[in-house]
Amino acid sequence: MALTLQGLWRGAAPVFKLAPSLVITFLGLILVTFIIGRIVPIDPVLAVVGDRAPPDVYDRIRLEMGLDQPIWRQFWMYLLKIMSGDFGVAVLTAKPVLEDIKRVFPATLELATVATIIGAMIGIPLGVIAATHQGRWPDHIVRVIALFGQSVPTFWLALIGLLVLYAKLDLVPGPGRINIAYMDFIEPITGVIVLDALLQGEWDAARDAAAHLILPACVLAYFSIAFISRMTRSFMIEQLKQEYITAARVKGASEFRVVWRHAFGNIAAPLCTVMALSYANLLEGSVLTETVFSWPGLGQYITNSLLTADMNAVLGGTIVVGFVFVTLNLLADLLYRTLDPRSR
Amino acid sequence: MKILFTGAVALLLTGTAIAPAMAQTPKDTIVMGKTIDDLISLDPAESFEFSGGEVLANSYDPLLLADPENGGKLTPILATSWDVGADGKTYTFKMKPGVKFHSGNPVTAEDAAYSIQRAVILNKTPGFILTQFGFTKDNVNERVKATDPMTLVIQVEKAVAPSFFLNCMTANVALVVDSKLVKANEKDGDFGNGWLKTNEAGSGAFRMRGWKASESVSFEANKEWHRGAPLSNRIIVRHVVEPQARQLGVEKGDLDIVRDLGKDQLAVLKTKPGIKMVEGDRGYITYIAFNQKNPLLAKPEVYQALKLLVDYEGIERDLVRGAFKPHQTFLPSGFLGAVDDLPFKLDVAKAKELLAKAGVSDLKFTLDVRANQPYIDIAQSIQSTMAQAGVKIEIIQAEGRQVLTKYRARNHEIMIQAWGPDYFDPHTNAETFAMNEDNKDDARSKTLAWRNAWDIPDMTKRTLAAVLEQDTAKRVKIYEDLQREHLKIAPIAPILQQVEVAVMRSNVDGFIVGGTYGSALYHKMKKN
Repeated sequence: MALTLQGLWRGAAPVFKLAPSLVITFLGLILVTFIIGRIVPIDPVLAVVGDRAPPDVYDRIRLEMGLDQPIWRQFWMYLLKIMSGDFGVAVLTAKPVLEDIKRVFPATLELATVATIIGAMIGIPLGVIAATHQGRWPDHIVRVIALFGQSVPTFWLALIGLLVLYAKLDLVPGPGRINIAYMDFIEPITGVIVLDALLQGEWDAARDAAAHLILPACVLAYFSIAFISRMTRSFMIEQLKQEYITAARVKGASEFRVVWRHAFGNIAAPLCTVMALSYANLLEGSVLTETVFSWPGLGQYITNSLLTADMNAVLGGTIVVGFVFVTLNLLADLLYRTLDPRSR
Repeated sequence: MKILFTGAVALLLTGTAIAPAMAQTPKDTIVMGKTIDDLISLDPAESFEFSGGEVLANSYDPLLLADPENGGKLTPILATSWDVGADGKTYTFKMKPGVKFHSGNPVTAEDAAYSIQRAVILNKTPGFILTQFGFTKDNVNERVKATDPMTLVIQVEKAVAPSFFLNCMTANVALVVDSKLVKANEKDGDFGNGWLKTNEAGSGAFRMRGWKASESVSFEANKEWHRGAPLSNRIIVRHVVEPQARQLGVEKGDLDIVRDLGKDQLAVLKTKPGIKMVEGDRGYITYIAFNQKNPLLAKPEVYQALKLLVDYEGIERDLVRGAFKPHQTFLPSGFLGAVDDLPFKLDVAKAKELLAKAGVSDLKFTLDVRANQPYIDIAQSIQSTMAQAGVKIEIIQAEGRQVLTKYRARNHEIMIQAWGPDYFDPHTNAETFAMNEDNKDDARSKTLAWRNAWDIPDMTKRTLAAVLEQDTAKRVKIYEDLQREHLKIAPIAPILQQVEVAVMRSNVDGFIVGGTYGSALYHKMKKN
């Protein structure tokens, strides 16, 4: 019993230890976003009433939004509200911000998860191959692929992808998350259309949604392939120089075992952090891909809200992104501890 | 390399599990691709954006309509007739019998009265279209009422031009809502506003089935519509952000009709087989304005010279052809009293002469512009033509709302902006381009003349008088004179009027673009 409790504490301790810094991180995040939202040279009342509202309407809304109050007071009121789980109503959708996020976040999650899986499945082997063939042609090819991935603009790649694979070759469907024929049939349960369709036994709809997912996920994946393969390569090169590798080779272990069991086993932990960061980046940074593919995700939601000074939505979205970042980092930390005994 | 690579990955993953894309839309469904992220409310008392207006126009009925198929002629819809009392202040509308809302409730004069009352009491952004006739939350229940289920009587405060009042009644804010249904969804005395933002309570050609913000709006035909069942069962408007994606969609047949394309996409689509285009004027006017707070720009010779340093023809021909047409007066073509004079042309020599007369040299100004096309291109063209007369222009790009905030604070020097009419009556534009009742910094009314600190007491008086003119022919004459004078002396110069080009598959018929007077209508659209 004592042992189990102790074990539990050992597992949970880092979470508790991190708690104060998490709270400070969040407060800081909310404060900075709030202040930026208030000092941008955009009148937030315009977002609500538009340019045409007569003066009395304008003044009334300004009062309703509490913009006549000093900024610290506005911040305090906002903080109190979000503590009680009220993120306010978004101007752009006329719905509570939380409800909006529940709708747009799964779309992004779906895209980023598939993209990260593809990215890891291709990026890691490419990185390993590059490291084991350092300075030879496979290494150069991987470098060229990565260089393209990091330098080609997303929207360009997305548009070329649409032009070739959708318009010319007819291999994938066009923009959007699902064909209009299925649009109103799938009840949102998780918000991830492919899953929802499967849960409801709508196989055709699930297939269609998966087909819609492929191209945008591949476009996004290309960027994480670039990042992951480069990082894997340098981690591996570092390991392959170590003495234990030489020892393993001398011992007569097969090259496959040396590379994948000994060397790769030791980079698994830092690689976790790399993948978590790459995943978090995709979760909030896929706005261009979302735009080209008319994918109603979080990136597009925050960008649209920002451009119209819809501050409730911007703050809500930013807090979610911050939460995702912090959680993924924490998860990576915990995984690190599990994978690398030295860090415990 | 990268294409091959992405292609290979896509192919690999697509494999046999995923069927090729369906490139056909169902036969009884029309799928439209456009942007709908400006849609923020579906309550007629609140909605004031382009996309929202279009949804409302297709799911609600007005008392009377500025018929887009008939040059904007006032046509009875839910009213069968109307007349103006001898005092010029009492309007009596007779309702069309036997019309039902989508809920099955009958449409009565009480519904029409309630719709106007709630819009006045809620007083959201478009509320001023009604309150300018003297309605307030305290008197509207007295002044707008149903004397019997089929008769609506409205008393306006002043004897305004009948054309002015009736034109305003065609605006979306006066659409008739199902009062029983809306009252059933009231919460804390909000007149059902919270519910109606995302729901619909109309009697129009289509039921609005669902709005997913920045995703889609779907409609289902109202087979019992009193003007005859719509020709398609479903209309789906999809939010497709990228114009290139809209272009590909209509080429492939995934979209039946697409809107708001740029010059480049239109040029490509023009050459494609199986594609056709329908166009119509829109009310949006793009103009350049010179802030009179700047002492240099306040010299008439200076801003008149700058007006001559805009390449009106070149901008239309090279930058916006197909999406805009040349237009230099403040009323869009199609409006009552519109004048289509185009006297201004690029004239560097004359501009130099005027600048010399003003005794100024080495002029340098900032030009604010929203960071979208075609505005950036237009700003660059103006920068280069002004340079020909030695006027240096620094272009400042920013997001639309940011530019607007600066404009409303009168902190700009030169500004390129666009203005769209609020309702189908000349007063909507005259009021903003040619009226400035109080030129002080803290003035409540921020008209375009005020934003450019253009003090015009006399023109303001004449603009106000125009709305009281009972004789329509005389009213037209006043607006024609106002526009010609404005054209000559104003530091605000219209350059272009928007044209909408809708691109569709050749088997799609019956799309009504809408014109300057109102929204696009879907009820005659069908696929052959």
